[in-house]
Amino acid sequence: MGKRVKFSFPPEMVKEPVIYKLGRDFEIVTNIRRAEVREDVGWVVLELDGEDAEIERGLAWVGTTGVRVDPVSGDVIDG
Amino acid sequence: MAFVNGLKCRECDREYSSEALNVCDFCFGPLEVVYDYATISEVISRDSIASGPLSIWRYRDLLPADSEHPVDIMAGYTPLLKAHNLGKKLGLKNLYIKNDSVNPSFSFKDRVVSVAATKAVEFGFDTLACASTGNLACSVAAHAARAGIKAVVFIPSDLERGKIIGAAVYGPTMISVEGNYDEVNRLCSEVADNYPWAFVNINMRPYYAEGSKTLGYEVAEQLGWRLPDHVVVPTASGAMFTKIWKGFNEMACLGMLEGVDSYSFGPDQNTVHHPAVTTKMHMTQAAGCSPIVTAWENGSPHVMPVRPNSIAKSLAIGNPADGIYSMRVINNSAGTAYAVPEDQVVPGIKLLAETEGIFTETAGGVAISGLKHAVESGAIKPDELTVVYITGNGLKTQEAVESVVNPLTVKPFMSSFEEAFNHRPE
Repeated sequence: MGKRVKFSFPPEMVKEPVIYKLGRDFEIVTNIRRAEVREDVGWVVLELDGEDAEIERGLAWVGTTGVRVDPVSGDVIDG
Repeated sequence: MAFVNGLKCRECDREYSSEALNVCDFCFGPLEVVYDYATISEVISRDSIASGPLSIWRYRDLLPADSEHPVDIMAGYTPLLKAHNLGKKLGLKNLYIKNDSVNPSFSFKDRVVSVAATKAVEFGFDTLACASTGNLACSVAAHAARAGIKAVVFIPSDLERGKIIGAAVYGPTMISVEGNYDEVNRLCSEVADNYPWAFVNINMRPYYAEGSKTLGYEVAEQLGWRLPDHVVVPTASGAMFTKIWKGFNEMACLGMLEGVDSYSFGPDQNTVHHPAVTTKMHMTQAAGCSPIVTAWENGSPHVMPVRPNSIAKSLAIGNPADGIYSMRVINNSAGTAYAVPEDQVVPGIKLLAETEGIFTETAGGVAISGLKHAVESGAIKPDELTVVYITGNGLKTQEAVESVVNPLTVKPFMSSFEEAFNHRPE
C-alpha cells in the first residue's frame, strides 16, 4: 500500500503544477483518487508509491511550496 | 447482536464487510456503518430502551456491536438539567444543559470509546490506541483497563497535567511526543499504519463515531421523546456534531418521537432528514482553531486545514475529518456556526460554574460563550427549547482558570478575619 495523503492548495497555488513536479523531480508515482479544484481553492486526495525516504523527501518539498499535506482521513489526533 | 449490514463509503458508495477499516480503498473517502433499519424497527421500542442499562448500551440496537458483553464502564445516561439561573442570565426560559462532564472518565469520549473498545475486542485486537489532546487518552486507557487489553496513548508533550494524570492512572503505555502539532499528527499516522493496534479514531473510526449518536438519543428520551428547537455543540472534528443530528433523525424515522410518524431512511442513511426534525444545530469552535466555522462563513465547499492555536485543546483539530459533513448539517438544519474569541472561553467556564454549579473544561467555555452569542444575535429566541452540550470536566483544565484563585488570607484571629471579610473586593 502506498502512502495516502491529501494536498490542500491555497488560492495562490491552485494554478501550480505541484503534482506533476512531484512525479518529475522525485522517484514517486502519483495516483489521484479524488479532487476538487476551483478558482479559489483546491484539494487532491492521492496515493504515492515509492521508497519511504523518497516519499518523505518529496512531501517535505511539497510543504515548502505552501501546499499543505495531511493524512487522507483528517487529523489522527483527537480531543 | 448488531443490526449492521457492513460499511459504505460516503463518497463513492462502495460497500465493505464489517471490518477494521476507515477509508475506502478506491477513493479514500470515509466509511460509515450501514444498518438494517427494517429489522431494527421491528425490535426497538421505548420500552425496550427503558429496560436496558443506564448507559449508552440501552440503545444497543442502534450501535454497531455484536457482543452481548460490551466494554461498558457505564458511559452515558448523563443528566439533562433545566438551567434556570443560566437561562435567566441569558434571557432563555427553556434552557437545558446536557452534562456529559460526569461520564466515568469525565468526558463524552467514553461514549465513542466504549463502542470502539467493544469492536476492538470483537475483532481480536489486544491493544487499544489513540493520539489525543487529553480526553480521548483518558477514555481509551480506562476502557482498555476494563476490557483487560493493553493501551497505548500518544499525547503532545505540552498537555495539561490534569489530563496526563487522568490517563496515566489507568496504566497505559503513554508516549509523550515532543514536536509541533503537525509532527505529532504525522508520527501517529505512521504508527497507525505500521502497528496492528485498534486505533479508536483511525481504523475503528466508523464504529467509534457512532457512539456519539447516543447524545442525540438521550436528549430525546430525557425530554419525553421530543426534540429541542436548538442545540449548541462545541466542535472539533465535526463527528459528534453530525452524529447528534443523525441520532435525532434515527429516532424520528423509527417512530420513537411523540406524535411523529416513522419515515423511510432511503438509500443514503447518513443524510436522511425526517421532515419533523426541525432542531437547529449551532456549532461553536474556539477562534484559535475554527476551520469549519471559517469555511461555513465563507460559503466554501472545502474546509481549509489550520494549525491550532487555542486554549481549548480538546477542540484543537486543525484538519477536521467530518468538517464538510458537519457544514451540511448546519445548512440542512438551518443552524449557525460561530468562532468564540479566545478571551471568551474562560468567561464561559466561569458563567456556567457561577450560575449552575457545573465546572466544565475549556470546550464547555466555548459552548457557553457560543450559546450566549447565539442568543444575542437573535438565532435563539427566549421561549425556544434549547440544549447546550457540556462535553468535558473542568478538573482537567484547571490551568485555564487559575486566575479565579484569590482567597482572603487572614491571621488566626477574629479581628483579622473581620477586617479582611468586611473589606473584601466585590
